[in-house]
Amino acid sequence: MTTETTSTDRYLEVQRSEEFAGLRRKLRNFVFPMTIAFFVWYALYVLLSAYARGFMSVKLVGNINVALLFGLLQFVTTFLIAWYYSRYAARELDPTADKIGGELDDALAGRIRDREAAAGADREATATTATTTESTTTDPEAAK
Amino acid sequence: MESHFLLAAEGTTSTSRTLTITLFLVFVAITLAITIWASRQTKTATDFYAGGRQFSGFQNGMAIGGDYMSAASFLGIAGLIALYGYDGFLYSIGFLVAWLVALLLVAEFLRNSGRYTMADVLAFRMRQRPVRTAASVSTIVVSIFYLIAQMVGAGALVSLLLGIKPGQTFLGMDADTAKIATIILVGALMIVYVVVGGMKGTTYVQIVKAFLLMSGALVMTLLVLAHYKFNLSSLLGDAAQQSGKGTAFLEPGLRYGVETAGDAAKTFYSKMDLLSLGIALVLGTAGLPHILTRFYTVPTSRIARKSVLWAIGIIGTFYLFTLALGFGAAALVGGKAITAQDKAGNTAAPQLAQKLGIDYFGGDTGGAVLLAIIAAVAFATILAVVAGLTLASSSSVAHDFYASVIKRGQAGERDEVRVARISAFVIGAIAIVLSIFAQSLNVAFLVALAFAVAASANLPAILYSLFWKRFNTSGALWSIYGGLISAVFLVFFSPVVSGSPTAMFPDSDWHWFPLSNPGIISIPIGFLCGWIGTVISKESDADKYAELEVRSLTGHGAH
Repeated sequence: MTTETTSTDRYLEVQRSEEFAGLRRKLRNFVFPMTIAFFVWYALYVLLSAYARGFMSVKLVGNINVALLFGLLQFVTTFLIAWYYSRYAARELDPTADKIGGELDDALAGRIRDREAAAGADREATATTATTTESTTTDPEAAK
Repeated sequence: MESHFLLAAEGTTSTSRTLTITLFLVFVAITLAITIWASRQTKTATDFYAGGRQFSGFQNGMAIGGDYMSAASFLGIAGLIALYGYDGFLYSIGFLVAWLVALLLVAEFLRNSGRYTMADVLAFRMRQRPVRTAASVSTIVVSIFYLIAQMVGAGALVSLLLGIKPGQTFLGMDADTAKIATIILVGALMIVYVVVGGMKGTTYVQIVKAFLLMSGALVMTLLVLAHYKFNLSSLLGDAAQQSGKGTAFLEPGLRYGVETAGDAAKTFYSKMDLLSLGIALVLGTAGLPHILTRFYTVPTSRIARKSVLWAIGIIGTFYLFTLALGFGAAALVGGKAITAQDKAGNTAAPQLAQKLGIDYFGGDTGGAVLLAIIAAVAFATILAVVAGLTLASSSSVAHDFYASVIKRGQAGERDEVRVARISAFVIGAIAIVLSIFAQSLNVAFLVALAFAVAASANLPAILYSLFWKRFNTSGALWSIYGGLISAVFLVFFSPVVSGSPTAMFPDSDWHWFPLSNPGIISIPIGFLCGWIGTVISKESDADKYAELEVRSLTGHGAH
């Protein structure tokens, strides 16, 4: 029971730490604005398709019009955002995440070992009880 | 000219029919062999639910593509573009942009904090039983809708792809019997893949299918472009001209957001419907249970990220191919010949294959061969998608409902996997029966409905769970049930179910909701319900949120 509390304490401690706050800030400052940006950009495309038909039908080169260009640009931006995010995450997020996660692994490893030892002791205790119960229950059977 | 395709030469039809069946059987034989091999490797619950978490980013990216690029994507979008031009492309764009939601907000965090199902993350810091029950209900609803749409589609396709016309028979079966036989065959195979192969087998089936689909689409795209000397403008010009609609064919507005002169209300609703569809497509993907479970098949969140990047590349490329396939079919096959085969245009891609085969690979035989290949790819596509859906829903029944709700977390691993296998069998059987009953109904809207439920019920709950500290059990239940009920309720009273010639029940009319897609209303309702449910309950577990947040961001303690 005490080990449970300590691992929770560790999580709270990490969550409150400057380093984790920095990781969360870097993550959220990237993914939230980026999500809003691509959603607005996509919504603009859908809105133009619905309400700006004149603009969308302007021909640019041969039979290629604004609507097709806009659609293809959605592909381009999707590929670019995906590529940019993976680069950003690898550079700005992954090293910190690994560091915090690694430290937490080490810190909890000792406790987990303790807990496993405790659980092992529990299991042995339970096993002994079980054997005792079994023998008591089989006794009447044997008596019959 | 038009009657030349599929219908004309009986010789061609029977050659390609035999070939289609042969190729399909080859696919089935190979995938069954893989499934049996995979079953030998499937020992633990992790093997069954998550394929042992040993797939690489590229493998899982291909498998995501295999799960995602359904017959609706391949045949449906190509057909929409072929008949309505530009508007079909809207689907491609929505389906692709949606992956950014999965990449930026869902995939990695889900992988870090969950084990086997969507509910693992939703229930992480909540009361297990009610939240897992809700997640299980919504998973099954989404999967069953999607399954029925795919299986009925398979039944409808078989008569077209095998060229069985009303009044004709094939192996002693008329068109209706052949449809039922196909639904049963597809259902039986998907049950075998899932029950025997688990996630490992199913993942390899997806990879094989994605490879076949990409290859087929690539070859056809190259042939179409070569026909126009790689000049996109002249392909578009020819398509516009052949369509008889001129430049309007290359602009939005023929299918969605149609402007009806003199009827302002109708025009308004039509445009609202377009916006609603656009939103549901983008927000639905990251809430589809069979897509979410794919993120668990890789060892770490980094590889989950990599697999989404591969998926975006593969899926994006495929949707670019659909442009060439759709406009190519419009230009080379022609709208009249397509609608003569299938009013909804689902046979545009196979018909284009036949035409390209005739032009480039030595006449009728070449046409028959290419048609057969593409038809077999289409069947493989349907089969792989339904297997993915069956696996996701049976995992949820076993892991969420049986192990956590009924057994209160006391179920053994073997027991859980046994229940998952039984569930796959039962869900598969239910899907077969429902599909046979629904086969004469228009169920095309079910895919859109599945996306709307996923976006309205699942996505709000997932995002709140991951990013909102205050979120709690009540909020999770409100958002899942609120989004689910509002989406299903609105669709039930919409013109896709009753009150229009193309409705599921065209002869009755109880509709009052004017839009075919409920997303624009039901998605905000889902988010709003999640917020209301949260603030009216005092429950808040800061300790568990600390654990969830730390684990989801750092990968510490990931399974």
